[in-house]
Amino acid sequence: MIPSAFDYIRADSAEAAIGALTEHGDEAKLLAGGHSLVPLMKLRLASPSVIIDIGRLSDLSYVRDVGDHIAIGAMTRHREVEHSELLAAQVPILAHAASHVGDPQVRNRGTIGGSLAHGDGASDLPAVVLALGGTMIVQGPDGTRSIAASEFFQGFLETALEPDELLTEIQVPKVPDAGWSYQKFNRRAMDWAIVGAAVVHGGGHTGIGLVNMSTIPVRATAVEEALAGGASIADASALADVGTEPSSDLHGSSEYRRHLAKVLVRRGLEAC
Amino acid sequence: MSLVGAAVKRKEDPNLLVGRGRFVDDIKLPGALFMTFVRSTEAHARIVSIDTNEATAMPGVVGIYTIDDFADLPTIPGLPPEVAPLHRPVLAKGTVRFVGDPVAVVVAEDRYQAADAAEAVFIEYEPLPVLASIDSSLAAMADPEGTRIYPDLQTNALPIFPEEPPAPELLNAPMRLSQTFINNRCSAVPIEPLAVVADWAPSGLTVHATFQAPHHLRNQLTSFFGIPQHECRVIAPDVGGGFGSKICFYPEFFLAPAISRKLGRPIKAAQTRSEAMLHMHHGRAQRNDVEVGFDASGKVLALRVHTYQDVGGYPDPTGMGLGVLTSWMSCGVYAIPVAQTALTNVITNTTPVAAYRGAGRPEASFLIERTIDMIADELGLDPAAVRYTNFIQADQFPYPAATNPEAVFYDSGNYPAALDELKRMMGYDALLAEQTARNADPSQPLMGIGLSCWLEIAGFGPNGSLEGFGHLGSWESAQIRIQPDGTAIVSAGTSPHGQGNATAFAQIAGDAMGIDFDSIHVRFGDTETQQQGIGTMGSRAIAVCGDAIKKASVQIRERAVQIAAHLLEAAPEDIEVSAEGFAVRGTPAVTKSWADVATAAFQPLQLPEGLGAGTLDATVFNEVPNFSFPSGAYGCIVGIDRVTGDVDIERYVVVDDCGTVINPLLAEGQVHGGVAQGISQALYEHFTYDENGQPQTSTLVDYLVPAASDLPAYESGRIVTPTPVNSLGAKGIGESGAVGAPPAVVNAVVDALSGFGVRHMDMPCTPEKVWQAMGQPTGSN
Amino acid sequence: MTEVNISVNGAHTTAEVAPRTLLVHYLREELGLTGTHVGCDTSNCGACTVHLDGEAVKSCTVLAVQADGFAVTTIEGLQPAEGMDYHPVQQGFHECHGLQCGYCTPGMVMACVALLDENPHPTEIEIRTSLEGNLCRCTGYQMIVDSVLWAAEHAPAK
Repeated sequence: MIPSAFDYIRADSAEAAIGALTEHGDEAKLLAGGHSLVPLMKLRLASPSVIIDIGRLSDLSYVRDVGDHIAIGAMTRHREVEHSELLAAQVPILAHAASHVGDPQVRNRGTIGGSLAHGDGASDLPAVVLALGGTMIVQGPDGTRSIAASEFFQGFLETALEPDELLTEIQVPKVPDAGWSYQKFNRRAMDWAIVGAAVVHGGGHTGIGLVNMSTIPVRATAVEEALAGGASIADASALADVGTEPSSDLHGSSEYRRHLAKVLVRRGLEAC
Repeated sequence: MSLVGAAVKRKEDPNLLVGRGRFVDDIKLPGALFMTFVRSTEAHARIVSIDTNEATAMPGVVGIYTIDDFADLPTIPGLPPEVAPLHRPVLAKGTVRFVGDPVAVVVAEDRYQAADAAEAVFIEYEPLPVLASIDSSLAAMADPEGTRIYPDLQTNALPIFPEEPPAPELLNAPMRLSQTFINNRCSAVPIEPLAVVADWAPSGLTVHATFQAPHHLRNQLTSFFGIPQHECRVIAPDVGGGFGSKICFYPEFFLAPAISRKLGRPIKAAQTRSEAMLHMHHGRAQRNDVEVGFDASGKVLALRVHTYQDVGGYPDPTGMGLGVLTSWMSCGVYAIPVAQTALTNVITNTTPVAAYRGAGRPEASFLIERTIDMIADELGLDPAAVRYTNFIQADQFPYPAATNPEAVFYDSGNYPAALDELKRMMGYDALLAEQTARNADPSQPLMGIGLSCWLEIAGFGPNGSLEGFGHLGSWESAQIRIQPDGTAIVSAGTSPHGQGNATAFAQIAGDAMGIDFDSIHVRFGDTETQQQGIGTMGSRAIAVCGDAIKKASVQIRERAVQIAAHLLEAAPEDIEVSAEGFAVRGTPAVTKSWADVATAAFQPLQLPEGLGAGTLDATVFNEVPNFSFPSGAYGCIVGIDRVTGDVDIERYVVVDDCGTVINPLLAEGQVHGGVAQGISQALYEHFTYDENGQPQTSTLVDYLVPAASDLPAYESGRIVTPTPVNSLGAKGIGESGAVGAPPAVVNAVVDALSGFGVRHMDMPCTPEKVWQAMGQPTGSN
Repeated sequence: MTEVNISVNGAHTTAEVAPRTLLVHYLREELGLTGTHVGCDTSNCGACTVHLDGEAVKSCTVLAVQADGFAVTTIEGLQPAEGMDYHPVQQGFHECHGLQCGYCTPGMVMACVALLDENPHPTEIEIRTSLEGNLCRCTGYQMIVDSVLWAAEHAPAK
């Protein structure tokens, strides 16, 4: 299928992108790698009248060591996240989870910023960043601000980004000594997770993010608290669905998703 | 060395490998317009109004049409006159009957503009009650005031074979069981969606179509438009997969020419995948109510099957016949003395259902192979043993099937030998021991072993067998013309879409004529240059057309020998033929090449008496006396995650018997592809609707066609029992994998779950379904 | 309309395109390079796979304007290896019967070429995993896997 017509603006800087966003407001959509947006546009589930192409903001493509955390430019492609030696050493779960996004062609184009800004509860990376307790750096007309991952995802495909803000960087803490596991359950390898669990546990950090257990990526806080209180893995993981609102659809009922969340969290914790 | 039987590399590959294939959407005619449909968003509704004003004014729009603009056109051909109310108009007329039903056509300068305008056509509907399943449609029949999808027909159910009272052999059997099987609705999903280019010029109509039988389309188009057949040319160029879905008549095949005639410009239609998922006819969608009587040894005494075929919103002639094949083949490879089959076609508010790889036979093999496993389970016997108990034996052919002993005679086979070979390849006895150990160890995935001793009916067919589906005949044609330089052009009546027929036919012709493989060119797919043919479906290309090619080749060779004998001044019976040419027995130094003989064939002064110019030209219309019945034994080993229900195919073992193999590479490719589709039906694919008839799986995001990462490697074996039905001994192989695979997988899954009291599971065996069947286990190991 | 300049198979191409023009339609309709096919509209099938600056992408999910200034390689741009009729991957598909109808083949081949560029000697499992974004409905994949293994074995050392 074919997208509706739109006006095309190619941004040559973050400032230009923000300027265009300010000008066009809700009518405009940012285009990074395009692998969340273009499919929606082809099915005409999204028909923005203005596209602001930020795909060439190569200064937003990086993985940097910044003291106690790693900073990842929003335009860094999944493939670069997957193959980053720095991430492999310091935040291996993120590199690993990036290798499970879509398929190789998707990973060659899709960006971490695009994936997070899209805010899809069924995507892999938001749950991982949530589990890591990451921070989003966003830039708007009045400068930059940071938003904790736990505050970032607000509703179905809705984030804390204002219409005139651009996600520029994702910061995740270094967790070289933590155990980790990314558990993705799906029927075909190329698919979104029916349920996924991003588990980081040990080395002073415990965080569990769940994929597709609500319209937004969520943290399994009940499990985290139980573990902190000394509960066994088996007992803690039984709480994995607490506070979640999984949907029922073709690929799984909400009851099954709740079950999978517990299984995947337990397996994830056991693998840590 | 013989070409037949050799793993010759394909003639088809060079163009396709470098992007020089020519598929319909690759064809760009000057001045061509693009047409697209406005489709119904309702499953069943009256059309109140169609507002095209806004769309008509949009950029690039040339015309927007509804059924009122085609009042002069007849309905889409295929169904007999006695079911006139079911004849499908080229666009919805007054009522829409499934989501995706084309209501209007938008014609624009390009596909982008057409898509925009289609979105701006507004249709007002008055909803009607929706019957989106066999059960709901039959339930409506129980109410005299209930919904009839065709009010003029007064019924939603079309009985083909009426139900008889249970036979005494069934009622008196020592043991009986019954089960309803649902054969899940699938979409064929050839990776190339439907496409057509029509160009109606003053000299006549030319149509390029993604189609499996160009002559069939040509003949129907000409009667549809009332034009002579010589003024209509249909070309099926490279066709990107078909699997049966490209043997049906779709509205655009008729509308594109009609609009081209109207506008005087070529018209292209090329569907998107989302459209194709709604529009191209689906497959399977059967319910089979089975009762079986047997004794304590597992011997089956009587089988009774009532098949309900969902034919969708517009019954298709092929769709109406699917259940006939299911009924015929319901006994599979077993000597079942009494079989009673009933068939009811059921109209529903869904996409029409027609042929999909196997077309009626996968349903039969599923119901009988599952039934045999259920008997084994009931009696606590080894499923292999119950099969041996019931097999038709190798010396019982031709074997009249109890389902229809007048029409269905199994040609040849050796079913016990196939299972013997399968068990050997699987290491069956060791597997049984491994299974016992594994299933007692909670740390390991549950193990299941599934067998499928399948049978199908192929090589369509004897006279009368295809005519019922609307085809001109059941024969197939071949023409061979030797060129003056000694090379050969073989024209085949079938028209392939990936099967590698150019290669296989050249192997057959090369052997039979004694001409070098590289000197043979095979062509097909163009009604202007080919003799009348029938088409590629029903696993018939090798068995019927290949046989025609062999017969034509023999005629060519006989005449070539006569010419060579004349040139060499020897008796024809003393001529020896090889790829190098013709020699006189005993004096091999004196030879004539194929080029010498072929040139002479065009120079009457060089020809012996009785032969004239152009004599090395033969046409054969080949009739076969019977169907062929490919068979085989498949084994599947699954591992099931005890907590999530995820099914992993650990091994998939194939023993296939398609009779003589022309090219093992091609044969194996056909088996692999069919097995993949069969596994996929068992584990992944299911086209579903909600109760309002809204499709839930109309993109490849939700309709799960598996990738390489989702399917196993296949271990391939073979036995050979040639068919006596044709001179090659070849039975056809295109559909076998899809026929045999689903029960092998499901039998393995049910076997793994037998400890939970699971007796049957309908496809696809999704993780959640398996988890439910295991009693919703918690825990994580 | 927006002007794009895209190097395609080593040749400079330019055109004024509507911004919504998909790269695959630029290649097929504008340039007549019909070897790249379209098999779905949800980025699942991979029939439209081409290389964008050396990386496999699905050209139905990339706008032509996004490729402006970059280099695209399509199936038509693959070069034969020394001593072979084709690129080693194409040759492998021919040797091992890795194609039937041929519709998915261009995208499948381009995905396989990218795979071998990154991992010249993949295992069977690595091949299957790397091809998770390409659908073939004819072959059941095994002979495609065999084709890639053949190519890996026979490709001239770089």
